[in-house]
Amino acid sequence: MKVLVGIKRVIDYNVRVQINREGTDVIKEGVKMSINPFDEIAVEAALRMKEAGQATEVVVVSIGPGAAQQQLRTALAMGADRATLLETDDEVQPLAAARALMNLVEKEQPGLVLLGKQAIDDDANQVGQMMAALWDKPQATFVSGLELDGGRIRAVREVDAGLETVEITLPAVVTVDLRLNEPRFVKMPDIMKAKRKPLETIAFSELGIEMPPRLESLGCEPPPSRSGGVKVDSVDALVATLKDKGVL
Amino acid sequence: MAKVLLLADHNGDSLNVSTTRALRCAAALGEVDVAVFGSGAGKAAEAAAALQGANRVLHVDRPENASPLAALIAPQLAALAADYDVLLAPSSTFGKDVLPRAAALLGAPQISDIMEIVDERTFKRPIYAGNVITTVRVPAECKIVATVRIASFTAVEAAATPAPVETIATDASLPDHTQWISLQASGGDRPDLQSATRVVAGGRGLGSEESFAMIFQLADSLGAAVGASRAAVDAGYVPNDMQVGQTGKIIAPDLYIAIGISGAIQHMTGIKDAGVIVAINKDGDAPIFEAADIGLVGDLFQIVPEFEKALGSG
Repeated sequence: MKVLVGIKRVIDYNVRVQINREGTDVIKEGVKMSINPFDEIAVEAALRMKEAGQATEVVVVSIGPGAAQQQLRTALAMGADRATLLETDDEVQPLAAARALMNLVEKEQPGLVLLGKQAIDDDANQVGQMMAALWDKPQATFVSGLELDGGRIRAVREVDAGLETVEITLPAVVTVDLRLNEPRFVKMPDIMKAKRKPLETIAFSELGIEMPPRLESLGCEPPPSRSGGVKVDSVDALVATLKDKGVL
Repeated sequence: MAKVLLLADHNGDSLNVSTTRALRCAAALGEVDVAVFGSGAGKAAEAAAALQGANRVLHVDRPENASPLAALIAPQLAALAADYDVLLAPSSTFGKDVLPRAAALLGAPQISDIMEIVDERTFKRPIYAGNVITTVRVPAECKIVATVRIASFTAVEAAATPAPVETIATDASLPDHTQWISLQASGGDRPDLQSATRVVAGGRGLGSEESFAMIFQLADSLGAAVGASRAAVDAGYVPNDMQVGQTGKIIAPDLYIAIGISGAIQHMTGIKDAGVIVAINKDGDAPIFEAADIGLVGDLFQIVPEFEKALGSG
């Protein structure tokens, strides 16, 4: 079975994002970029399937600028077999991304598509569900446990009420949550090896997908901030202040 | 007036509070019909009909809708939404699972996590874990499809007279590739973390699963739900569905008491909309104090029992 994993190049998890002076976007120049952490977990899940003999090939795909080759190379160094970049400098919104990825799904015919549950930049949490809809295949989102059994997957989902278990047939789209696994560290020899692995670049514009309506961005602003309040020095003072505020 | 369809999150008997909050947002956009997908979920449908802002409740009753499966509900929802200008769902895990699938079927872009309505086509939403707020506009002639950030809206009140409930059938053929197996719920008799008006949360400062019992005791004396920081969850003190923060639950209780929680930015994202935030921590420089309305620096193992006692006698 071939596993297709989508990864997105995003501002690194540890960077404190800043809004540009014009208030149109966040500053991305000169900022450390990484694989979206949830997508990295998806790559790890695919690699473990391959190591367990459940997957035959792991293909990683990204949509983004030429520089996203770096993130694809990282995934190759982790152990993915080959990579495809759907190259564009434009911001690609979730539905367009889902259509582009489906274009690749038709070509690759994977048995399973793995994605992070959401990207930590736009926090949309949409692409996996949209792909499953367009593909007319099952989906399991927010997955923290994954068991492959022949043509089926038993997935544990982290939902508001607790842990939900569903069973889906393959092919399917699975989006993964934080606690599914801990991605491996990349070793130096693997980075060297990854340089020789195949990485194909296709211009996004040449996919010929029908572009859906776009949400128009009218700008960015910092969130309303909470300012610190008072410090009290005893439990009695705490209780008194809470009563003052009418919450006790 | 715009026609709005709101997807209800419910358990068959009652509505999830995310629905009553999302209805506040929906009602501000137009005339709202609430869609309740279920199998004999008449009680949940009646609960929706009893809410202010619900014009009509559509109970889509068929056996396949007994479990909240996106692959089954999305095509029915998309078919139902054809006659509406706006399709909304709460940003619960259920809403987040179903709505993008319906949006793709409708060929419409989706806005995730509306936190503020600017005008009828323009909305504010958080990105970068709530560290940036962006304003987006849905192009004219395009259906508005969006999830509603639960913590940004208050629950609607009860209606003076209930709205009519219509039981409807859809003829959409449904796939059989997805089977619901089980739900392992946690929390027991305590209030639900997502909807509680008071929450007591513990962090790594508790030091062990055994010590976390103090948090449960304090919560019980306050009638509060219990939450935890990611550090406490990762350390195995409590299960993951108690996690508050960016990758856990985003909550907005009237009172939030953070105990032994340092206040990493990912955690603060989850409690920004709380009414009063109390921090109890031994490190006076912990970032939690920058956002807390009331801070108490000291040993939690001493403070928490004392606090509980004060509540009991007060």
